[in-house]
Amino acid sequence: MTPVLFLAQRLSAAVLALAVAGHLVTILYAIRGGLTAGDILARTHGNLAFFAFYSVFVVAVAFHAPIGLRNVIREWTPWRGGSLDAALAVFAVMLLVLGFRAVFAVYAA
Amino acid sequence: MPIRVGNRARGDFAHAAPCERGCPPYDAALRAMSAETLTVEVWRGAATGAFQTFTVPRRLNQTILDVVTEIQRDQDPTLAYRFACRVGMCGSCAMVVNGRPRWTCRTRVSEAAGTDGALRLEPLRNFTVVKDLAVEMTTFFDKWRDAQGFFEPARTPAADFAVVPPATPARKAADEAIECIGCGVCYSACDVVAWDRDYLGPAALNRAWTLVNDVRDTAREKRLAAVAGDSGCQCCHTHMSCTSFCPKGIAPTYSIAGLKRALFWQALKGGGK
Repeated sequence: MTPVLFLAQRLSAAVLALAVAGHLVTILYAIRGGLTAGDILARTHGNLAFFAFYSVFVVAVAFHAPIGLRNVIREWTPWRGGSLDAALAVFAVMLLVLGFRAVFAVYAA
Repeated sequence: MPIRVGNRARGDFAHAAPCERGCPPYDAALRAMSAETLTVEVWRGAATGAFQTFTVPRRLNQTILDVVTEIQRDQDPTLAYRFACRVGMCGSCAMVVNGRPRWTCRTRVSEAAGTDGALRLEPLRNFTVVKDLAVEMTTFFDKWRDAQGFFEPARTPAADFAVVPPATPARKAADEAIECIGCGVCYSACDVVAWDRDYLGPAALNRAWTLVNDVRDTAREKRLAAVAGDSGCQCCHTHMSCTSFCPKGIAPTYSIAGLKRALFWQALKGGGK
């Protein structure tokens, strides 16, 4: 892992520590009173704070997960080099696309 | 009174008159030993091989190196192993003893063997075995070189002695890591080395950290670049096996963490790649 990847992984981990905690607390709080999915979507629709929070979440995941997966693959398989980096770059883009698709789905649905 | 040289536990002085002082506790300790003999399984061969079992008399204050030496001298002269100083300075006698990497000259049988007197001796893990208990150390020390684990002075000689106050943070950090004897115990204990044979390993990175903290050294940038990368310090998983097993009480994990921190700040400021 290069220093830049290390830096990206550590900084994204710091963001995710807060984002995951916020995400879990929100879930527990939201379902506490028996809200339905429809009720929740009605609250998230057009909510910019929600949109910003989960956008940051998705970007952090898109950085963090591919770097971690790259380490795991390098340690447990002989796969190395440019093809590995390219595959994980595609994986990062996929996370970004799918993540923002979900964010838009609940923000603007 | 003339000085007699010999091993009382082995019975060298059985013919002599009882000594006037020191014998009762010595004899009591000898009697208190749980086993009269040790059953020692020793790895024979190289990458492939098998364990061979030897029976060795149990002796007072016996070290693992004593056991191996006794086997080699009295039972099987073809047994290959390595040692030099016998006092914990040279780092050449390390082996895996009952599953734990250890320096054998400073490890007493009483610490390592079970109450049944059973010992299993293997060559260090993560090294190529030359024969029996002797391993090839070349790759290990090549990684010290690859990690820039050597001092690089300025091109021109210093005008005077460098004054390095012992209380400065850099000197303290170097002091904590400086006593490495290169025994390879940490390298044998490291799981990351087992997974990735290119990983520089705890000893080389620990050495690099001492030099990063050496104010006289001029190769800091080059050294940080050498210990970064896909087989460098960031591969460490902080299992702390190296720190747990280091016979000198060094904590290579903390040295590696120091390198990670140095590279983190360097990358944050736009340096490194």
